[in-house]
Amino acid sequence: MKDHCQLLVIGAGPAGLAAAADAARLGLDVALVDEQKAPGGQIYRNIGSAREPVRSYLGKDYLRGEPLVAEFLRSGATYINNASVWYLDERLETGLLIDGASHFITAERLILATGAQERPMPLPGWQLPGVMTAGAGQILLKSAAMIPSGRVVLAGSGPLLLLIAWQYLQVGVKINAIIDTTPRSSLPEALPYLPRALPAFDYLLKGLSFVLAIKKAGIPVYKAVVDLRAEGHELLESVSFTTGRGKSNERTEISIEAETLLLHQGVIPNLRLPLAAGCEVEWDEQQQSWKTTKDIWGQSSIDRVLVAGDCSGIVGARAGELQGRLCALQAAHQLNKIDLQQRDRAATRIKRSLQRHLSIRPFLDALYPPARAYQVPEDETLVCRCEEVNAGQIRQAARMGCVGPNQVKAFTRCGMGPCQGCLCGSTVSALVADETGSTMEQVGYFRVRPPFKPITLGELANT
Amino acid sequence: MFRRVDETSVDTLKLRIEDREYEVPVGISVAAAVLLCGFNKVRNTPVTDSPRLPYCMMGICFDCLMTIDGIPNQQACQLEVRENMAIEIQRGTAELLQQR
Amino acid sequence: MDYDFIVAGGGLVGSSIAYGLARQKHKVAVLDGGDRSFRASRGNFGLVWVQGKGWDYAPYAQWTGQAAGLWPEFVAELANKTGVEIDYQRSGGMHFCLNEAEWSEREREMEVVRQHTGGSFEYEMLDHDRLKQQIPQISKSVLGASYSPQDGHVNPLYLLQALQQGMVYHQVHYFPNQSIDRIEAKQGGFFTHSTEGTLSAEKIVLCAGLNNRRLGEMLGMDIPVVAERGQIMITERLQPFLNLPTLHVRQTAEGTVQIGDSHEDVGLDDGTSPSVLKEIARRAVLMFPFLARVQLVRAWGALRIMTPDHNPIYQQSADCPGAFTVTCHSGVTLAAMHAGPVAEWIGGSSRLDLINQFSTDRFNVSPG
Repeated sequence: MKDHCQLLVIGAGPAGLAAAADAARLGLDVALVDEQKAPGGQIYRNIGSAREPVRSYLGKDYLRGEPLVAEFLRSGATYINNASVWYLDERLETGLLIDGASHFITAERLILATGAQERPMPLPGWQLPGVMTAGAGQILLKSAAMIPSGRVVLAGSGPLLLLIAWQYLQVGVKINAIIDTTPRSSLPEALPYLPRALPAFDYLLKGLSFVLAIKKAGIPVYKAVVDLRAEGHELLESVSFTTGRGKSNERTEISIEAETLLLHQGVIPNLRLPLAAGCEVEWDEQQQSWKTTKDIWGQSSIDRVLVAGDCSGIVGARAGELQGRLCALQAAHQLNKIDLQQRDRAATRIKRSLQRHLSIRPFLDALYPPARAYQVPEDETLVCRCEEVNAGQIRQAARMGCVGPNQVKAFTRCGMGPCQGCLCGSTVSALVADETGSTMEQVGYFRVRPPFKPITLGELANT
Repeated sequence: MFRRVDETSVDTLKLRIEDREYEVPVGISVAAAVLLCGFNKVRNTPVTDSPRLPYCMMGICFDCLMTIDGIPNQQACQLEVRENMAIEIQRGTAELLQQR
Repeated sequence: MDYDFIVAGGGLVGSSIAYGLARQKHKVAVLDGGDRSFRASRGNFGLVWVQGKGWDYAPYAQWTGQAAGLWPEFVAELANKTGVEIDYQRSGGMHFCLNEAEWSEREREMEVVRQHTGGSFEYEMLDHDRLKQQIPQISKSVLGASYSPQDGHVNPLYLLQALQQGMVYHQVHYFPNQSIDRIEAKQGGFFTHSTEGTLSAEKIVLCAGLNNRRLGEMLGMDIPVVAERGQIMITERLQPFLNLPTLHVRQTAEGTVQIGDSHEDVGLDDGTSPSVLKEIARRAVLMFPFLARVQLVRAWGALRIMTPDHNPIYQQSADCPGAFTVTCHSGVTLAAMHAGPVAEWIGGSSRLDLINQFSTDRFNVSPG
C-alpha cells in the first residue's frame, strides 16, 4: 500500500478522473483515491458495468463517462478504490480506510475533487420512509437498474429533476406528478442571463427537450407550488401542496397519493475535505451555497491544495472535468514538470472550453433558485434527521443568544449525529441568519472534524 | 416500492433479511436489496423510535443504518450484498457487542 | 455606569459567575466571544470530579470537596428556574490503574487528599475482581481502580445552556460576538471597548479563559495562563453499559461514549493529530475490548486553561480594585462554587478565607 505520492487526487468523478489522468501523463506520480468500487463518482456512477437497456435510458451525457474512465485507467495513475478518506487535517496527512484497515498517505500536492451533494430539502414529513432525493433515484437506476414500482411523485426544482423525469420516461416509469417549487419570479429574473448562456446552447436545447418530453407524456406538472408536505403514518402515503395562482388568481390545495417521493433543490458543494484541509470558503449568493475559494487554476487558499469540480462551486460534469485538467497542469507546474509557458499554452483550449460550459451557470442558477420555504422551514419541520431536532428548536437557540451554528449544535444536539451536519448544516445556518437578521458570512457554518467516514476504534487503534 | 427495470436473468445470490431468505441480484447495495424486497423500514431511530428508509443512497445521510452480520450501524448503501449475508432492521441504539 | 458588573467571557466560568452575581440582584452584562471562539466548555469531558484533586495542594483538595458538595442543590435550582435537563448524576467515579506502579501511586495520592480534607474525602481502591463486578466489560489489562462515591458527571453543554437560561431568568444582558480590544479603569469604574461599542460597569470580572492574560495586563493583573490541548472523541450511541464515569471513558445519557484524553503543549491549536487519536483509541480498547468494533463519530481538540500549578486563580487586582479574575480548567466541577460562594465573594456579600490560597501571589513565592 502506497504511503506517499507526488500528487494525491481525492474523488473519482469527472474532475478527479481528468486531473489524475492528465497529471499522470505529465509525468507525475499520481494516486487517485475514491470510496466506491469503480470510477465515475455520482454522475458517471457504475458506468463501467452499466448494461443495456439501462445504459441507453440514462442518456448521452452519462455515456461521456466511458471514455473519461478509460483515459484514466490507461494513464498510469495509481487507482485506490474502496477507500474512504476518514482523516485529513491542515498538515495534509490523509487517512484512508480500506477493507477495515487504516493507512496514512502523504503527498506533495492534493487535488480535492469531492463533488457535490443534494441540497437538503426539509419539509414536513421528509423523514417518512418512501421520501428520497432525486439523486437517490438516479443511483438506484444506475447501480441497481431499479425503478419505483408504485405511484411516484417528483418535487422540487432544477435541471436534475428534469433529467430524472426524462430518464424515468425512457425506462417506462409512470410518473404521477411533477411538483415544481420554483418561484414564478424566477423566469423573468433569469432572462437577463440568457444571452450570456447562448454559447452553451446545447445545455438549453437538452433542457428544452426534457421539458417537451414531459409535456408529451402527459405528466401532470404543477408550478410555483407552496406548502409542500409529505404525509403518512409510518410511511409515505400522500403528497400535499398548494398550487401557484392560476388564471383566476386562486390557489388550489391538492393531495396526491404516492409511495415514492423524490425531492430535489439543486446540489451544493461537498466541502468537508476542503474545510478539513483548512481551505477558505466563501458564500456564493447566486448559488446560495458555500464554495471553496480558488483561482482559475484551482489553487485554494492552502499552498499545497488544489480544488476542482463541484466541490469548489457547482459547475456541472463537463466544466468539472476541464477544471480538473487545469489543476493537473498547475500541479505539474508547481512540481517542476512543466514551465509556465508550457502550462499556459496547454491551458488555452481548456480555458476556452471551460468558459463555454460555465456560461450556462448564471442562467441556471437564476432560473432554479432554491425556494426559501425549504431553506428556512416552519417550526415543526425536522431539520436534523439524525438527532431529530426541528426548526423551532433551532430558532429558539438563536433567540437565546446562539450567534452561529456551532453554538446551536452545542445546545440542541443538531449536527451531532452520524451525518455530522451534512443534511442539516445549510438549514441551521440559514435559520440562524434569518432569526438574527445576519448574513450567511456572519453566521458561518459547522466546524468539520474527523472522521469524515465511519471508522471503528479498533481500526483507529491499529492504524 | 421498487422493482428491477430489466427482468431478464441476472446473477443472483441468497441472503437473509430479518431472518427470511431472499434472492437478490449480485452487485447491488444492501440498501437497494432491502428496497427491492419490499421492506418499509431499515431502522427505527434512537431518539423517537421512528421508521426510516434510505434517503440519499450515497453515504451522507446515514438514514440507511442497519445491523449487518451482527454489526450495528452499518450504512446499507455503502455495502454490497454478499452470499449468506444476515441483514437486520436496526431498532434504536446499537446493541452491546459481545467480546470476541 | 451601565452595569454593576461586566463579566468578560460567557463560557462555563463566566456564565456561572454572571448567574451568581445576578442572583444577588446585581446588574450584570456578559461579553462573550463568537461562534468559532476557543471555548474550553466545548472540550469538557463533563466530569464533576473530586478524586485525586489537590493531592499536591491541600487548599485545592478542600476547595474541590466543597464544590462537589454544592452540586445537588445547584442542579435543583437550575432545573427549577430554567427547566433545562443537564443529566447530572452523582454516580461515583473511577480512575483505572493499568499496572502496580500506577496503583501504588494512586493509592498514595488518594490518602494524601483524604488527609488534606480532614477525612471528608471518601475513596476506595478496587482490585480487578471487585472492579469487574461493577463493570463487567472491563478487560484483564485493568489492574484495578480508585473509586470515589463523591464523583459524578453532567452534560457540560447542557450545563452551559442552563446557566445561560439562568442568566436570562435573572436579567443578565448577554452580548455575543464581542472581542474586547481594550479595558480602561477610570471614573471609579471600568470601560470595555469592543468592535460593537463600549460598556461601563463599577466592577469587572475576567472569565475569558486564555484571553485573561491579555485582558489582565490592562488591569494590573498578571494571569499566567497557557493553553494545554486535550483531544477527545465520541462514538455512536450504544445501549447503556457504563453507569459511572471513568477518567478516560464515559458513557453519556444519550448512550454515546466519550473517550479522552491528552495533554499537549501545541499553542493555540485545537486541531487533532492522528498519533494522539490512535493512542486514545488504543487505550480505550485496552480497557474495554468490545469498543474495538464501535464506530467513532467525531474527534476534536480543545484548549484547557492552564495555570502554572494547575490550580485555579481567584484574584482581585491590587492596582485596580474592583477588577477580578476567575481562571481555572475545571469549569464544570467548580460551577456550583463559582455561582455560589465565589460570586458572593466578588459581589462583596461574603468573605471566603480559602480563596486567598488561590491568588496569583502564590506564584511569586521565592524559593528558600
